[in-house]
Amino acid sequence: MTRVPAFNLHGVLAIYKFELHRFFRTLWTGLAVPVITTSLYFIVFGSAIGSRMTEIGGVPYAAFIVPGLMMLSLFTESIFNASFGIHMPKFTGTIYELLSAPLSAFETVLGYVGAAATKSTIVALVILATAHLFVDIQIAHPVLMIAFLLLIAATFCLLGFIIGVWAKGFEQLQIIPLLIITPLTFLGGAFYSIDMLAEPWRTVTLFNPIVYLINGFRWTFYGTADVSFGMSFGITAGLFLVCLSAVAWIFKTGYRLKN
Amino acid sequence: MQPIIQIEGVTKTYTSGHQALKSVDLTINRGEIFALLGPNGAGKTTLISIICGIVTPSSGTIHAAGFDIQNGYREARARIGLVPQELTTDAFETVWDTVSFSRGLFGRAKNPALIEKILRDLSLWDKRKAKIKELSGGMKRRVMIAKALSHEPEILFLDEPTAGVDVELRRDMWNLVRQLRENGVTIILTTHYIEEAEEMADRVGVISQGELILVEEKTRLMQKLGKKELTVILADPMTAIPAELADWKLTLKADGNELEYIFDTHDERTGIPSLLRRMGDLGIGFKDLNTRQSSLEDIFVSLVHNNGRNGQ
Repeated sequence: MTRVPAFNLHGVLAIYKFELHRFFRTLWTGLAVPVITTSLYFIVFGSAIGSRMTEIGGVPYAAFIVPGLMMLSLFTESIFNASFGIHMPKFTGTIYELLSAPLSAFETVLGYVGAAATKSTIVALVILATAHLFVDIQIAHPVLMIAFLLLIAATFCLLGFIIGVWAKGFEQLQIIPLLIITPLTFLGGAFYSIDMLAEPWRTVTLFNPIVYLINGFRWTFYGTADVSFGMSFGITAGLFLVCLSAVAWIFKTGYRLKN
Repeated sequence: MQPIIQIEGVTKTYTSGHQALKSVDLTINRGEIFALLGPNGAGKTTLISIICGIVTPSSGTIHAAGFDIQNGYREARARIGLVPQELTTDAFETVWDTVSFSRGLFGRAKNPALIEKILRDLSLWDKRKAKIKELSGGMKRRVMIAKALSHEPEILFLDEPTAGVDVELRRDMWNLVRQLRENGVTIILTTHYIEEAEEMADRVGVISQGELILVEEKTRLMQKLGKKELTVILADPMTAIPAELADWKLTLKADGNELEYIFDTHDERTGIPSLLRRMGDLGIGFKDLNTRQSSLEDIFVSLVHNNGRNGQ
């Protein structure tokens, strides 16, 4: 038998393609949902509220909410795709094959999280394209925008992976996105500037990490935000490292993966 | 004989407190078919799950193809294929895709010609474009075997391969196992059917309550199988076997009321008529005679039973 390579590229690609294949199998629903949701947000927020509230920090309201809309979908899509991806083999039992394969923890996560992040990034970009039909959008720092998008996607896909391993059933997959992430996103300045809030709510809001993610991302579009980009980047990178450590711990201990 | 799997002092206690394996030592030789025989819950699946990396052992070491399964997991696992007991498959993938996926997962480059051969050997070629959920249970079992063979393993584990399998698939599977063995693949199968071990295996290991209580070549077990016992129930009990009967290697049983004589049915002369004649000459009367076969089943049941009693 030939020597076994130090990096199982075929294995990573097998997982990556398998996961993306699932996405492309349900391509139309996978893309129709974000397109329709974005359009609805534009009709409700952009037209109804935007007509009364023309500009925030020099940015037209309809354009102001685009980064927040992208983040809202990116968070939920990342968590959903990554948690479903690893929970499904746990549920059906096909995880035996993954556990018995010559794959390191890093390679396994690269396959699952890479595929989930690819999907959620595609969805976020589809939302951007849809929004562009409604409103003119200028992106001040396109390279940073893509880099920040990928970092946040990777962070939330890692979080999704953790949830997928932790969950004991499909309903538990929904708990954290529905009860924590979505409320924090709505309260995290996706649709408004936190400067519009009265004290003490403005200060309270600063303890919501989502604020930094949304504002950092918005900064890459318009060059202005409620908090500094450095702070946003630092908190995002910190969240990424926390999730990465948790995943490393899962593989080290075999937590809910193997006996 | 060259060892391919060396298991030393492997124990497993689950977090529930259940001790599934109590210090197992076992060596499997390259190219052999080894049957791990034991009742449900004996620890067969735990043992092979540990070797394959699905369960972490509590203690002990295992080498597969010369590689430590923990430190050299990449090298070890790349050489192992596993067909688990449960029918666990994806539902929406096609047969072709799922088998190709397995090959990639185990780090091997694409090889459509090989996948085609495996699917043809397992009578799956016509179903290659079918989604797995459309297949019958037997067909799914074939898919799982195809997945395990897709990366050309040197060691193949078959966990309860014929549980709930029809006659045709069973025959196909044995043909495949023989063919694999001819190509040098080592096969370890677990079963609780003795006939299965008898039909296929070179060696048999009996596991009960987490302990390996017997490992023996099947032919030697078959010799035991060929033995019969004659029990002579005496009219009057005796305290010792008379010297004149020493040629027959008898055992005195039931407080001197019975004589037991073990003989080989394959021998030209069983020695029974001469024994009875000699007993008549010595004036030893008997009330009854009884012969019975000591089968592998008996050996197995008594081993497991004794182990169970000692274990209490």
